[in-house]
Amino acid sequence: MEQTAMAFVTSVLSAAVAAGTPILYAALGEVLTERSGILNLSLEGTMLVGAVSGFLVAVRTGNLVAGVAAAAVAGGLIAALHAFLTVTLKVNQVVSGLSLTLFGTGVSGYLGKPVIGVPTPVSFKPVAVPALARIPILGDMLFNQDLLVYASYVLVAALWLFFYRTRPGLHMQSVGESPETADALGINVFATRYAYTIIGGMLTGIGGAYLSLAYAPSWIEYMTAGRGWIAIALVIFAIWNPLRAVLGAYLFGGVDALGFRIQVLGAIIPSFFLKMMPYVFTIAVLIFATARSRNYRIGAPAALGLPYERE
Amino acid sequence: MLSGSSTGVSVDAGAGTAAAAAANAGVDADADAAYVVEMRDITKRFPGVLANDRISFQVRAGEVHALLGENGAGKSTLMNILSGLYRPDGGEILVRGRRVHLGSPRHAIAAGIGMVHQHFRLVQSFTVAQNVTLGMSKPRFVLNMRAIEDDVARLSSSYGLQTDPRAKIWQLSVGEQQRVEIVKMLYRGADVLILDEPTAVLTPQEARDLFTTLNRMKQAGRSIIFITHKLDEVMEVADRVTVLRDGRAIATLDRKDATPGLLASLMVGREVGGAVPGKKAACGDCVLRISSVSALGDRGTLSLRSVSLEVAAGEIVGIAGVAGNGQRELAEVITGLRRVQEGRILLRGADITNRTPLEIIRCGVGHIPEDRLGTGMVPNLSIVDNVILKSYRSRPVARGPFIHAKAAREHADNLVRRFQVKAAGLDRPIRLLSGGNSQKLLLAREISANPGLLVAVHPTRGLDIGAAEAIHHVLIEQRNRGVAILLISEDLEELAALADRVAVMFAGRVMGVLRRDEWDIERIGLMMAGSATADTGHGADKGDRVS
Ligand SMILES: Nc1ncnc2c1ncn2[C@@H]1O[C@H](COP(=O)(O)OP(=O)(O)O)[C@@H](O)[C@H]1O
Ligand SMILES: [Mg+2]
Repeated sequence: MEQTAMAFVTSVLSAAVAAGTPILYAALGEVLTERSGILNLSLEGTMLVGAVSGFLVAVRTGNLVAGVAAAAVAGGLIAALHAFLTVTLKVNQVVSGLSLTLFGTGVSGYLGKPVIGVPTPVSFKPVAVPALARIPILGDMLFNQDLLVYASYVLVAALWLFFYRTRPGLHMQSVGESPETADALGINVFATRYAYTIIGGMLTGIGGAYLSLAYAPSWIEYMTAGRGWIAIALVIFAIWNPLRAVLGAYLFGGVDALGFRIQVLGAIIPSFFLKMMPYVFTIAVLIFATARSRNYRIGAPAALGLPYERE
Repeated sequence: MLSGSSTGVSVDAGAGTAAAAAANAGVDADADAAYVVEMRDITKRFPGVLANDRISFQVRAGEVHALLGENGAGKSTLMNILSGLYRPDGGEILVRGRRVHLGSPRHAIAAGIGMVHQHFRLVQSFTVAQNVTLGMSKPRFVLNMRAIEDDVARLSSSYGLQTDPRAKIWQLSVGEQQRVEIVKMLYRGADVLILDEPTAVLTPQEARDLFTTLNRMKQAGRSIIFITHKLDEVMEVADRVTVLRDGRAIATLDRKDATPGLLASLMVGREVGGAVPGKKAACGDCVLRISSVSALGDRGTLSLRSVSLEVAAGEIVGIAGVAGNGQRELAEVITGLRRVQEGRILLRGADITNRTPLEIIRCGVGHIPEDRLGTGMVPNLSIVDNVILKSYRSRPVARGPFIHAKAAREHADNLVRRFQVKAAGLDRPIRLLSGGNSQKLLLAREISANPGLLVAVHPTRGLDIGAAEAIHHVLIEQRNRGVAILLISEDLEELAALADRVAVMFAGRVMGVLRRDEWDIERIGLMMAGSATADTGHGADKGDRVS
């Protein structure tokens, strides 16, 4: 009995990380973008385009790295469009983001038509890290995963160091907090915003590819099922901090995984209710997080969502 | 030496440009007097405005050069060009004799030119040291903040600019933030420092400290361009002064050849109006009584701490203080825009504490808010619509649920005439009016409701002298008609001219109240800095007057 309880916990935790990883990639991308002052609401569409491009290329070439690269490029292209619309043309960022969500959803459906239900020759498989994987519970949860999960650990650490220990990181934040200040000190506000919007889109694309190449290796229309929106909520929960984004992503992943397991165990709770859980959880967390930070106005980059014009 | 000054003295306001040309000719004669910066025939156009019209301007090494002019004269624009933020439409810039192209602030900084803007360019959530190192190219990638903090501490103390390199900007007072801005420019090795209206946000004592720092920098061979519209500051700190008016350079003179009167007429282009008329009618009954009011600010911290104050009919009570010490919140609690946590506000004996703005308007309170186009009026609506914003509910403008267009128009037309608002048409959106005219219109609207109390927040900020005088006249006239006026202002000269009593606020408290005959700029300055109170008690205790 104890053995099975233990196995249950381990499997839920391990699934939490896997389910949290695509959200984590998208949220990290959005943290970067928003820190430079651009609100990109197109994550849902961008993830879908990343998922379908990654899958198509992986099926054609049989090469996973090529698939992930394709997803990153596709995500970057959509983000570049967002940057052009919002930074250069100064279109309202919310409107642009929502339009690109619709655009991405439509394009992914069109591109993916031929490969619906096609099995992929390649997919990411768990690779146990020697020694570390044998730590009880945590070992299975963190170190018996696939390469994209390990890459996300490195990414989180790198982003944290970049934000708080490097000059480009400081400059990026200044552009999101006070573009006038950055501009007056010779920092190129436009170039910075373009760069981090595009990099953010690339990470979001990789998050999509994780779904189609690792989490559920296949292409199903609208397979993100709202994960892009959850990632946007997660950025607020994380107060724009990459470390907190990890915590949030795995929490969401855990709720998601738990619902699935409970269903498998044959509980009497209706399955619709369990499927609803991650979304209800998102709303609850947002209410909690914003009620706490509202009075202090912490976290949000001060110039988030505002176009910058010098004269 | 013979600079423009000898010609400058004989300049009369009408012959401004001719004199400027003569002044520049004089300057060109000794061109080898090594200018650090020389701007020639700089022109800058904005849509509909010629902000700089062939301005020539030279700065010498080791001088404090004042750039004097009214609001809108083009001072900030000219210096934004020199600091690489704006591109000029014409003209050329020489730095140490070499033609330069200042395409961006980076170029200007590389040429040794640094500007402290009127609105500080600081990232509020960063530390002092992070702000100082921002935008520099070294170290390129990894930041060792500890080392940078040490550098900043060393540099700032060598100029007597005390700052804590690890403090976050939002924790600092405005004066401290200004010091950070100066340190930031010194850290980049700027030897031409431009300060845009630096004293506007300082107490008189802080301003004096700033002047000491400027002198120290001058002794170290740096040049300082000091933008101001205050004559006494020019006389106190400048070596030379260039006067701008309507986008043109009128004259450049040595300080020793300048007098406040001469500077004023050069700056305004006409004789400046004298004192404000009609001092003082007898004070009537107490209209506004605020007792022990406390309220929270936007950040959720206490921004009014047990404030008590009274304003009588026919009295102007001024509120002095450095921005952000509770003045705005005070105006907001009175007008119902902010909740009172503790204490009571009485209007002619009736309790208006935490009433809605509409109820308070109906009790006869007029309000000139700080943000006249945001809070006071709707920029995209016409003059007519803006004028009836507070009276559309009652006759003659209201006809049942409808608005009587003709009555509204007549009402607007009346006000525009009576208050001499210059407008191209009553149906034009209000954002097209100049600052002075939109303020006149706002004041007209408030007064047309016959208020018993008028709360005016920075009513003349950003206006040119003519418009400010017009506003002052209206305020005096209203006071003489028996209106109680609460006048919040950062301009001590304005308060000295208008207020019957002045209350000084610091950190949400009223530090003291001085009567007109007790006016003492030194004491007021100390009270603004929080280091003194009005201990005479005369001003604060005015029971004799109220009863
Ligand atoms: N960014 C801008 N866009 C349009 N007009 C401007 C801008 N900046 C300044 N102006 C106009 O140029 C004129 C000069 O302004 P400014 O240089 O700010 O004057 P000052 O600093 O002497 O008060 C004013 O009429 C102002 O309205
Ligand atoms: Mg200015």
